[in-house]
Amino acid sequence: MPFQRFVETGRVAYVADGSNRGKLVAIVDVIDQTRALVDGPESGVPRQELRLNQLHLTKFRIPFAHSARTKVVRKAWKDAEISKKWEESSWCKRVQNVAKRREMNDFDRFKLRRVRKHRNHLRTIAYRRLTNKKIKEGVFKKKTKEELVKIRADSAKARAGKKAKAGKK
Amino acid sequence: MADPKTKKAPAAKGAAKGAVTKRNGLNANLSNGVYRFSRSRQYHKKALWKFMGKKTAKTVKPQKPRTVEKPIGGDKNGGKRVVLIKKRTSAYPTANRIRKHPTKKLFSEHRRYTRPTLTPGTVCILLAGVHKGKRVVLMKVLKSGLLLVNGPFKVNACPLRRVHQNFVIATSTTIDISGVKLPEKINDDYFRRQRVKRAKKEEGEIFAKKEEKYAPSEERKKDQAEVDKQLIEAIRKNPEKKTMFAYLKSMFGLRSSQYPHRIKF
Repeated sequence: MPFQRFVETGRVAYVADGSNRGKLVAIVDVIDQTRALVDGPESGVPRQELRLNQLHLTKFRIPFAHSARTKVVRKAWKDAEISKKWEESSWCKRVQNVAKRREMNDFDRFKLRRVRKHRNHLRTIAYRRLTNKKIKEGVFKKKTKEELVKIRADSAKARAGKKAKAGKK
Repeated sequence: MADPKTKKAPAAKGAAKGAVTKRNGLNANLSNGVYRFSRSRQYHKKALWKFMGKKTAKTVKPQKPRTVEKPIGGDKNGGKRVVLIKKRTSAYPTANRIRKHPTKKLFSEHRRYTRPTLTPGTVCILLAGVHKGKRVVLMKVLKSGLLLVNGPFKVNACPLRRVHQNFVIATSTTIDISGVKLPEKINDDYFRRQRVKRAKKEEGEIFAKKEEKYAPSEERKKDQAEVDKQLIEAIRKNPEKKTMFAYLKSMFGLRSSQYPHRIKF
């Protein structure tokens, strides 16, 4: 699969390092192969150059011409609802979860472990219940030769039917 | 006076303005003592004509006395002497006097420092000794600087015990132990090792050393029970008491990709 995200004007990026770590910026101009001019009027990042290895590119891109002024960037950002979209993204949620996990103290970690243990216990019970049911139904029983032949024939028929359907389409 | 907030803002503005005008009026040193404005320009700029011919009265400072009269005892000594307050340089001794140093401080008198996170009631993780990995409650800092911790014994089998603070991780979890009253006798001496006096030399018994196993005395057992009772009562008052007991019961351990210097306690 070809690359989907490029270092380009209007590309929204996540600052992964430096004093503005954790904030979103928009690339305003590409200075050279390693640096870009970025601006984050809505996330509190002043216009500055940043090294590209400090930036992680997001899927968002907002329309404005290169070297656009902050005012233009802000407007494009707001129109595209980048802040809202970012907060809905799984990336943002992951970042928030990591931060939450880091903030936990020893007691919190213990409590989490306890709750997880409880959840897994419930999960195991539910799983066992299902499997037991299936065992009673005889799903896992050793099959006789005739039964096996029948099952194979059935599945082959089903496959043929699927193929025929796909061909019609 | 008005409140400082409102006062500060105009003052700062004024200062900025003042700095600008000052820069314009400043007689800058262009180079090598050549100034931007001549003497006569400066005369007018500074409005020195205002002060010409005016005389300001000199303020006379009262002089401090240089000498003091000191009474002198004895019949034929005149009764008093005039002494200079500031001694002449020749009056100072050429060598410093040897002073008595205070004796070296004993270990028991050293000033102790305990980490600020280690307050009574803090749940600590023991890092060394038989009980390492256990989560215990800090009861008190003893005079020797060692920490007095308690499991409680009933919960995790860690008795009242002394630990050095270096062998402990303080967590941010605390238990309110203000209601716990420790017996007075529980101090450093209480925990001092009991040395059995060596028996006098007797033949045959020199090499036959008896192996001694530690067993708590009845007194200790009693004190332990007393402190445990109070501490458990204190933990019960915690809103999360059930979890708290389980927490104190559990052992601490690091999992993969957990680094003690990175995680919060």
